[in-house]
Amino acid sequence: MAEPSATSPRARRQRGYSVRTLPGFGLIAILTFVTIYAPIMILVTFSFNEGTSMAQWQGFSLHWYREAAANEIVKDAALRSLILATIAATIATVVATMAALATTRTRKFTGQTMIYTLINQPLMVPEIVTAVALLIVFAWIKVQTGYSGMIYLIAAHTAFCIPFAYLPIRARLETMDTSFEAAAKDLYASRWMTFRRITLPLMWPGIVAGLMLAFVISLDDVVITEFVKSAGQDTLPTYMLGQLRRTVTPEVNAISTVILIAGVILVSLFFRLTNQQD
Amino acid sequence: MVIIILAAAGPLLVMVVYSFLTPGDYGNVKWQFSLDGWTSTLVQRDIFDDTLMWADANLSIFWRSFSLSMITTVLTLIFGVPTAWFIATQPPGKREFWLFLMTVPFWTNLLVRTIAIQELIRSEGVINLILLKLHIIDAPIQMMFTNFAITFGMTYVFLPLMVLPIYAAVDKLDFRLVEAAHDLYAGRWTAFRRVILPLIKPGIIAGSILVFIPSLGAYVTPRVLGGGKNLMFGNLIDLQFGAGRNWPLGAALSLMLMAATIIALMWYVRITSKEQADG
Repeated sequence: MAEPSATSPRARRQRGYSVRTLPGFGLIAILTFVTIYAPIMILVTFSFNEGTSMAQWQGFSLHWYREAAANEIVKDAALRSLILATIAATIATVVATMAALATTRTRKFTGQTMIYTLINQPLMVPEIVTAVALLIVFAWIKVQTGYSGMIYLIAAHTAFCIPFAYLPIRARLETMDTSFEAAAKDLYASRWMTFRRITLPLMWPGIVAGLMLAFVISLDDVVITEFVKSAGQDTLPTYMLGQLRRTVTPEVNAISTVILIAGVILVSLFFRLTNQQD
Repeated sequence: MVIIILAAAGPLLVMVVYSFLTPGDYGNVKWQFSLDGWTSTLVQRDIFDDTLMWADANLSIFWRSFSLSMITTVLTLIFGVPTAWFIATQPPGKREFWLFLMTVPFWTNLLVRTIAIQELIRSEGVINLILLKLHIIDAPIQMMFTNFAITFGMTYVFLPLMVLPIYAAVDKLDFRLVEAAHDLYAGRWTAFRRVILPLIKPGIIAGSILVFIPSLGAYVTPRVLGGGKNLMFGNLIDLQFGAGRNWPLGAALSLMLMAATIIALMWYVRITSKEQADG
């Protein structure tokens, strides 16, 4: 029998050939991951730099973190960010929970697709468009009522957080076993009783995941906040955006690092929560 | 539910109304019907002799938005396909880890990631520093405030949007088909082009749309990395509501951007439904 030629399938397989590898793909992938994390690492590293200059490493120090923590404007913005994200994420999660129950636990009704589209609308419209639309509406209300408090920001943040809270809750509801609910009904539990004792505890991980995601999204938002906020209502991201117009100080790097770490922790928890099996 | 509908549709309707009004003296609008908001997106009136001419500035911004978004989409494809392939072909245990690594930047603050890019490419940034130290260049290269900076930044921040849908497609790929191609003497490249690519096409299209749409409306990245000269669509809208004090024009521009988005989405829906019909 003749030796298999170099290009025959058998010969290739003998050389440890796998259809799952493509030449250069692994290399590009590793390069991509390095490129994704390198700038973030540089940012974090230089936030611990002693000196003002980005170009020179002048020794490890928490100088810029202390500076940021002592800055009244930063403290004020950080507190506002947290309050805003907490309130907006909570309201958004309540609305999203109701919306998810309405779209998974009722019979199909006409206009259901339209409801989905509406719930997810903030995901599809460019953020800048939503931002200026809200600016117009709120400017009109401001003129009519003279009120320029936090309610505008809370309303805006709640609106764009809803889809992010909705998605994990709905995913949870869809994969949940409905037989427990059916059993509860068979045992003469009222609808409210069934919801409180069966549905709610079962969907709880979804709700918490939705809440966390909404919280992260609200905390991270720049564009909509920038347009909706009244004077003196900076959140951390809009404060940083304003700072970037001047020269970048390592203080911005320090704040960025804190936001980054908070985000990574929340997203990691979110993954834990959604991937856990029960 | 009523709240959601009001929040979603209300402001957009108001925007339609506003685009047909006259700009007010200090921002906002006068309640007076006018088509100027729409016409001035494309043409402008010469201040001296009232003749109409193309609004070159706006047109160049439209073109920049479109071309940079296209380049961004292509670049994310070039890096996204291999990365998605790499993640999907890892052993199941490790796959979770790589996928997590790809998702983290997706959820981290857009502004923070843009600042990270800025630290990398500005005149005193890391790239210039390394090149100077190695004596490859004598003076720092001006990378900030260029189209390059915007494209680089957008590719960086939108890459996960390309990788995730392609990953989903590769994950579903039946590798027996690829083996069959190889058994039929297809080389790696032929198998990739004729078998793999058509099978993961839905993921590629989804990823391209997901990258293209936010690129077109990008605001933060071009503002930070592009500076005042290299505006994109989103910054032009901002300008009309801010310093330009021409709200009707801003509203008209916003509606145009939304129309572009909807066209892209409809095109996507049509392609995917045809794809499904073809089996």
